[in-house]
Amino acid sequence: MKDQSSKQEYGLNAPSMQQLLNEFPLNQVESREVIDTILGSYKDMPGGLMVILNEIQSQIGYISQPIQEYVALVLNVPVSTITGVVSFYSFFTTKPRGDHTIKFCMGTACYVGGTQQLIQKAQQLLEIEPGETSPDNKITLEVCRCVGSCSQAPVVVVDEQLYGRLRPSKIPPLIRDILKKYEGS
Amino acid sequence: MTKITSLNQLLNLQDQIIEQKRDDISTQSFRGWGQDKFAPQALKEDQELDAPRGKEIRVVLRNCTLIDPESLDDYITQDGYQALATVLEQQTPEEVIEIIGKSGLRGRGGAGFPTAKKWELTRNNPENPKYIICNADEGDPGAFMNRRVLEGDPHSVLEGMAIAAYAIGAEQGYVYCRAEYPIAVRTLMNAIQQAQDYGILGKNILGSDFSFNIELRMGAGAFVCGEETALIASIEGKRGEPRPRPPFPAVSGLWGKPTSINNVETFANIPQIILTGPEWFASMGTEKSKGTKTFALAGDVNHTGLIEVPLGITLREIVYDVGEGIKKNKGLKAIQTGGPMGGCIPASMIDLPVDYESLAAAGSMMGSGGMIVMDEDTCMVDIARFFMEFNKEESCGKCTPCRVGTYSMLEILNRICKGEGIDGDIEELERLSKVTRIHSLCGLGQGAPNPVISTIKHFREEYEAHIYEKRCPAKVCSALIRYEIMIDKCTGCTFCAKNCPTGAITGERRKPHEIDQVTCIQCGICFQTCNFNAIEILPGKAQLVGEHS
Repeated sequence: MKDQSSKQEYGLNAPSMQQLLNEFPLNQVESREVIDTILGSYKDMPGGLMVILNEIQSQIGYISQPIQEYVALVLNVPVSTITGVVSFYSFFTTKPRGDHTIKFCMGTACYVGGTQQLIQKAQQLLEIEPGETSPDNKITLEVCRCVGSCSQAPVVVVDEQLYGRLRPSKIPPLIRDILKKYEGS
Repeated sequence: MTKITSLNQLLNLQDQIIEQKRDDISTQSFRGWGQDKFAPQALKEDQELDAPRGKEIRVVLRNCTLIDPESLDDYITQDGYQALATVLEQQTPEEVIEIIGKSGLRGRGGAGFPTAKKWELTRNNPENPKYIICNADEGDPGAFMNRRVLEGDPHSVLEGMAIAAYAIGAEQGYVYCRAEYPIAVRTLMNAIQQAQDYGILGKNILGSDFSFNIELRMGAGAFVCGEETALIASIEGKRGEPRPRPPFPAVSGLWGKPTSINNVETFANIPQIILTGPEWFASMGTEKSKGTKTFALAGDVNHTGLIEVPLGITLREIVYDVGEGIKKNKGLKAIQTGGPMGGCIPASMIDLPVDYESLAAAGSMMGSGGMIVMDEDTCMVDIARFFMEFNKEESCGKCTPCRVGTYSMLEILNRICKGEGIDGDIEELERLSKVTRIHSLCGLGQGAPNPVISTIKHFREEYEAHIYEKRCPAKVCSALIRYEIMIDKCTGCTFCAKNCPTGAITGERRKPHEIDQVTCIQCGICFQTCNFNAIEILPGKAQLVGEHS
């Protein structure tokens, strides 16, 4: 990690910072290290805030209030700036997602091709609305913007795997496949 | 890795690689791309890009699927980076701008501003440093041309950017790619690294005294960031909100410095124009719109996917020759171009030539190139509602006309689709459209009413049917239709009952089933899943005929 002098510069000894570091996920050594590495490498890059947030989102999975405050302290900008950016972009989430994300493409071709019916089927099976996570934290349903695979509409993206030309009847096996991964472990 | 330092060396290398490949092919069996390659999923079972049909000409897409996007060597065999080397050794920046000017290339991002003019404005600005930005934030639903170029031929974009940077005098370039395209991001990062290894990017490119580097920045799912001033704000690490223009980016762009922002497709055209000559490029297209344009053809045509056609081609040629006609031989209703801020062109205008001016005159626009063909089963009010919902969601909220205008229009459209439209709604929509179009800050707000304006203009009778007769002519709007099972066709297979999300379908096995109109939510799953076509859609509100309440 950084030496004492840079800690000073971060304001790491300030009382607010001490309190912040006790909050989840900053009190976890692993996540703390990940965030510190990201901040260390992009802190001085011009316009690096977007890069930092993108990295935190992809590696930690979400940008909660304590993380935002921490980033603000390190970058020496108001928290409102960070929150402003986080709330502006739809890719950034403040709450943790489930282990697997099912994204329903809402591009024009998919919409015309029947995404609504796919969503209804998934809602019926998992009993959650789009944007919510199942109670066991396994699956998150999401509606997303065009993923650019319109020739295979309607399209569903599970994690990074893409499934095209889906029908409502294909949704149950898809969810079963995801849940199967848990049985082995 | 030896760095390439001159055009001659590049040409020698090309010969060497071709020789090498010839040996490889004769000694080994053909190696396809492995699973581990960055090849996009769709490419493996290529459903997107087929052999050229009809009047297609491949300029931007010439290398896609033919070369391995991960390999710089492959690109060099296709005369890659020769344009850049030629320009650096033999031409001044002014000459480059002149060549591009002669070719008549216009911005492929949608607005169609002459590329040479943009570069000239940026070059003539005395301030330094200058920046070049590649806009790869292709947010239009239904458009995926840029993704395909980035995934299939990333070096052509990098080469175009390097030439542009030389022309305007920039030393730093940025590619702003949307986060929804992870494969494009990986392919690009790999390509930038390779180019740096070969001495094509970095200090003293190809032995000249010109230095240029490219950095990749990712978006985070905000559609408005495709607007140039919003894109600049996003690269600067701020909220991606547009600002008033002027000053245009050529005057005050990234970090207040002169900046030229061009689209992926524009850049991919540049190397070919330099190599083959501006006269060749100008020979394609119409008087004012030169060259070719890629479109993502989607919707109800038999052959969906990427196409590249010379500008000036008619819509009929695209739909019936290139797209091979409408699915199931149904009738064409409309063609939607220009993404969510574009408009719908009715079937009666099918002989319209596709170029910047004609599309604008028809109430639509070129946009980045999404083209969605809709058959007679599409409800135009529902389509307008869909696009308005998109625009409302993506409105950044900075200026009031766009934020409130899109919201109010969506409210009215929702009401009409639910069968609760009232007299005067159409006129109110027209008024709101006008206000939003005139007073909004950026292209998103100014274009947001377009889907409404164009559908009212060409399909007013459908709005009237929804409002006055409470009837959806295309049988799409779920509040205005009901599903019923045709007793003589139903075999009692129970398949629909199993799939119904609300359990509205009941009946004994092997006996005709029945839909309970009160619990039915008109989702249409039964209609889609029935193997015997025993379910029909009838006009009229379900509540009116429900007898079980």
